[in-house]
Amino acid sequence: MNEQRPIILSIAIILVGLIIVARLFSIQVLDDSFLKRAERNAIQRVVDHPYRGLVYDRTGKILVYNNPIFDLMVIPREFTVKDTARFCEIFQISKEHLIENYTAARKYSSVKPSPLVKQISTTDFARIQDYLIDYPGLFVMTRSVRSYPQPAAANALGYIGEISARQLERDTLKYYRQGDFVGLSGIEGYYENTLRGVKGVKYKMVNVRGVDKGPFKSGEYDTASVAGHNITSTIDLALQEYGELLMAGKRGSVVAIEPKTGEILAMISAPTYDPNLLTGAKFGSNYLLLNRDDSKPLFNRPIMAMYPPGSIFKVVQSLIGLQMGVLNPNTTLSCNRSLVACHNHPNPVNLFGAIKYSCNPYYHQAYRMMINREVSRNTFKDTEIGLNEWREKVMKFGLGGPLGIDLFNEKGGSIPSSKLYDRVYGPNRWKYSTIYSLSIGQGEMLVTPLQMANLAAIFANKGYYYTPHLIKAIDGDPTKIDIKYRTKIEVGVDSHHFDMVQDAMAEAIYGTAARAAIKDITVAGKTGTAQNPQGEDHSVFVAFAPKEDPKIAIAVYVENAGWGGRAAASTASLMIEKYIRGYITREALEEYVLVGKFM
Amino acid sequence: MRNKDDLYLNKIDWLTVSIYACLVIFGWFNIYAAVFDEQFPKSIFDLSINSGQQLVRIGAAFIIILLIMVADYRAFDNLAWILYILFLVLLIVTPFIGKEVNGQILSIGVGSFRIQPSEFAKFTTALALAKYMERPSFDLSQVKHQLQAVIIIMIPVILIMLQPDTGTAMVYFAFFIMLYREGMPQTYYILGLAFIAISLLALGIENNLYLVGGVFAIILLLIITGKKRIGRIVALVGIGIFTVVYIYSLDYVVSKLPEHQQNRIMVLFNPDLDPLGVGWNVTQSKIAIGSGGFWGKGYLEGTQTKFDFVPEQHTDFIFCTLGEEFGWVGSTVVLILFCTLLIRLIFLAERQKNRFSRIYGYCVVSILLFHVMVNISMTIGLFPVVGIPLPFFSYGGSSLWSFTILLFIFIKLDSHRIQLLGRMN
Repeated sequence: MNEQRPIILSIAIILVGLIIVARLFSIQVLDDSFLKRAERNAIQRVVDHPYRGLVYDRTGKILVYNNPIFDLMVIPREFTVKDTARFCEIFQISKEHLIENYTAARKYSSVKPSPLVKQISTTDFARIQDYLIDYPGLFVMTRSVRSYPQPAAANALGYIGEISARQLERDTLKYYRQGDFVGLSGIEGYYENTLRGVKGVKYKMVNVRGVDKGPFKSGEYDTASVAGHNITSTIDLALQEYGELLMAGKRGSVVAIEPKTGEILAMISAPTYDPNLLTGAKFGSNYLLLNRDDSKPLFNRPIMAMYPPGSIFKVVQSLIGLQMGVLNPNTTLSCNRSLVACHNHPNPVNLFGAIKYSCNPYYHQAYRMMINREVSRNTFKDTEIGLNEWREKVMKFGLGGPLGIDLFNEKGGSIPSSKLYDRVYGPNRWKYSTIYSLSIGQGEMLVTPLQMANLAAIFANKGYYYTPHLIKAIDGDPTKIDIKYRTKIEVGVDSHHFDMVQDAMAEAIYGTAARAAIKDITVAGKTGTAQNPQGEDHSVFVAFAPKEDPKIAIAVYVENAGWGGRAAASTASLMIEKYIRGYITREALEEYVLVGKFM
Repeated sequence: MRNKDDLYLNKIDWLTVSIYACLVIFGWFNIYAAVFDEQFPKSIFDLSINSGQQLVRIGAAFIIILLIMVADYRAFDNLAWILYILFLVLLIVTPFIGKEVNGQILSIGVGSFRIQPSEFAKFTTALALAKYMERPSFDLSQVKHQLQAVIIIMIPVILIMLQPDTGTAMVYFAFFIMLYREGMPQTYYILGLAFIAISLLALGIENNLYLVGGVFAIILLLIITGKKRIGRIVALVGIGIFTVVYIYSLDYVVSKLPEHQQNRIMVLFNPDLDPLGVGWNVTQSKIAIGSGGFWGKGYLEGTQTKFDFVPEQHTDFIFCTLGEEFGWVGSTVVLILFCTLLIRLIFLAERQKNRFSRIYGYCVVSILLFHVMVNISMTIGLFPVVGIPLPFFSYGGSSLWSFTILLFIFIKLDSHRIQLLGRMN
C-alpha cells in the first residue's frame, strides 16, 4: 500500500517547486514595481546645483555675485575631540553651542552629516582649513548665497528665495523641486531661466542607514550642472548710487533712460533697502520686516506707482495737436482764467509760450479743438468719437498700458476711453466740459514714473522710443537680448513737430525750473505737479540733455514735495550732470537736495 | 586491494555529491556578494569577511566528509542511540552554558568555535528513528508504534522550544514526511492538511461566515455522496462542529500568541501592514528578489542586499542575494538543483536493501525538503518568516556541517547497500 507514496512525494516536491518558480516569475519578471521600489531604496538622486549667473552694470562693475559660505559639518560616529577648549577656540564656537549642536547631530544620525558650525565666512574658513585634518569626522560644505558688493538697485535686481507651492505647480516642465531657490522679483525673477543654469544630477547609492556608498554604475547616468549665463545690466552703478543718495530720506522715483536705446541707466525707488538683507539665512525674517515697513521699501515705485501726469502731459497734447493739424506753432490762444486757473505770464501765448509757461487755459481750448471736431452733430457723440481717436494717439506714446519692461508687475497707468465715462455718467450724458481736466494731464489719467521717463526719451528722440529695459547683454552678447528691446517704436508724430517743442522745453526750465539749468549743458525739461488729495502735492520733473544730442532722459518724482520746480527738478539736474560730466559742479544744489526731507 | 578501492569509489552516488558541491560553491559566492562593499573591496578569501570564514567552514566540511567516508558503515547503526542521547544532553545543557544572542541561547562552545546542538540533533534524531523503526515488528498502522515514533521526534522538539527556537523546532515535524512513506495512515495527513488549510483561510479571510458556510457544504456533500452509516454521519457532523468551533477560537488563540509570532503570521497576509516593523523583512526581501528581473542585476551588482536593506541576508535570507543578482533564471536553476537532489535522494532511498538505510534516507529528504521550501517561501512572502537556513547556501558552520553530515551519512550508507543486504528482512 506504500508503493505509490514515493511517487506522490516526488510529485509533491515538483509541485511545490513549480509554485515557487511561478511566484518568482510573477514578482521578478511580471511585476516591475519591485524594481522601482529597489531604486527608491538604494539610489539617491543628488542634485548638483549650478552656479547662478552674475549681474554686471553697464560699465562692467559687478552688481550681483555668488558668495561662498561654509558650513562645518560633522559625522558624529567618526568625530572625536580631545581638547574641547582648543577646539572651541579654533572654530570660534562656545562650548555650550558645540555641545548643543553636537547633541542635535547625534540625535539626527550618527552616520549622516549635520552642521556643527553654520555660515563660516571666507576669511574664517581660510584660517580653520589647516586644522580640519586634526579632527576626523569633520568636513566643510560649501554653499553660495547671492551677494551685492554695493547696496544699490535692490528694486531692479530683485532677490531670490525658496520656490513657492504655487510656482511649483505652475512648473509644468518639473524642473524645480521643493526647496529650490528661484528669482522672485527684479532681474533675478524676470531672467530666472537665463541666470539659473541647468541642474546636474548625480546618482549615488546609499545603504539602509543612508550612508553614501559611491556613485551608481560609476556615474554612467550622472550629468554635470551648467552654470547660468551672466547678464550685463543697463544700469550705471555710479548714477544709480548717486540717485539713491539724492533720494535718501524721500519718497519717490527716479528713472533715467538712454533715449537712443531705451536702456535704463538708473531706476531708483525710494525708500529702498539693502539687497544683502534678502539673502541667505536672514531672508525670512528680513523679508517680514521689509514687508511690514510702513514706508513700503519693497514697493517698486518706478513701475508700480501711478500718478496723474500733470503739466508734463501738455507736451504730449501739443505734439498730438500739431500732428492732427489742429495746432500750429503760431496758434495763439488767450489765457482765459474763467475756464481754468493759471498763473501770471504774458497773455495771449502761442504754442511755444503755452509750453514754456504751462498755460492751462491754452490747453483747455486746444484740447476742445482736438476732441470736438464736429464729426457728429450730436455734441455727446462728437466728444465720444473725439476722445477715442485722441486716446489711440496718446497710447502710442507708451501710455495707458504696460510698456513691457523686463520686470514683473509693471503697472500700465490708464488713459480713459469713452467706456469709462459711459460707465460713470451713462452714454450720451457727458461731453467736453466733463473731461476737460485731461487737457492738462489731470483727471482720470494715470502714468507710472517709467512711462514718464519714456516720454522724455520720446521728446529727446523726436518721435520714437525703444521699450525701456534693464539688460544690455547676455554673456557679453548684446544680440542675445529680447528682440522687442531692439525694436524701434514710432509714436506717430512727425519728427519736425518736435523741434519747436524741444526749444520750448529748453526755454521752459528758465521759467519754471531754473534750478535744472546746468552750465554748458542744454537741458530741456518740463515741470509737473501731481495732485495729491491726501496731502502735499507730488513734485514731478522730466528732462533730457544735452538737447543737441540727448544722452539721458529722466523722470523724477518726489512725493509730497510740492511744486515740481523744486525738489524734482534739482534732483533731475544733478543726475544729468552726474551722468554726463561724471562729477557735480554745484555743491550747493546737491546740499539742498540732500537735506530736503519730504517724508 | 587497489581494485577494491576503485570499486568503492564507483559505488558513491556522484550525482548527489556533484549537486551538493554546486550548491555549496554557489552559496559561497553568494555569501561574498552579500557582504561585498564596492568602496572597500576585499578578496573573497579574506578571513575578515564572511566569505573567507565560510571557506574555512567549507574546508572543515570536506574533512567531515572524508571522516564519514572512511568510517565503518556499521558505526552509524551502532552509535545511533548514543548520538541521539548525547545531543539530547547537549540540548538540555545549552541554556545553562550557552551564549545568549537576541534572547535566545542556541550555541555552545569554546572561544570562537561554537556549534548549535539543535542543528546536529536533526541527524541524530534521524539515526535514532531509523534505528528504532528498522525492527521487523515495527508497524506504523499500530497506534502504539505511531506514538513511539512521535515521542522520539518530540523530545528534541520540546528541548529546542525551551531555548527558544521555534523555527528549528518546526523542522522536526518534517519527519512526518518520512513517517508517511513508512506507512503512517493517510487520514492523519488529510486531516492535518485540512487543518492547516482551514487555519490559513480562517486567518486570511475577514468574514468567518463564508468559511463556515464552505465547511458545511463540504460536510453535507460527504454525507450525501458517501455510505449512509450512522457512525460515519455522526463522525462527519462532529468534525464539522469541531471545525466551526476551531475557526471561531483561532482568532482568540492567535491573540494570545507572543506578539512577534502573531505579527509574523499577519504579515504573511498583508506585508504592508507594518512596512517598517515586522513587515520589513518580507517587504525588503521581496523588493530585493523582485528587482532582480529575468536575468538579474549581475554578480556583485545588487544594491538591496549589498546595502543591508535585507536583514540576515547572509544567513536566512541568502536567497535574496541570489534572486537579486541572478534573477529568475538563477533562482530557477537553484530550485531545479534542489528538486533534483530531493528526487534523487528518494530514488536512492527506495533502492536501499534494508529498512534502516531507507528510513534514514527519507529523513534526509524530509529535513532538506522542509528547509528548502520553507526558507525560499518565506523570502518571497509565501510563508511566515521562520528563522531557518537554506541548506548548503546559508552562512554558518553549524548549519553547513549538520547538513553535510546528514547527507553524507546517507551517501555512505548507500554506497554500502550491497553489504547491508543481508540484514534486510
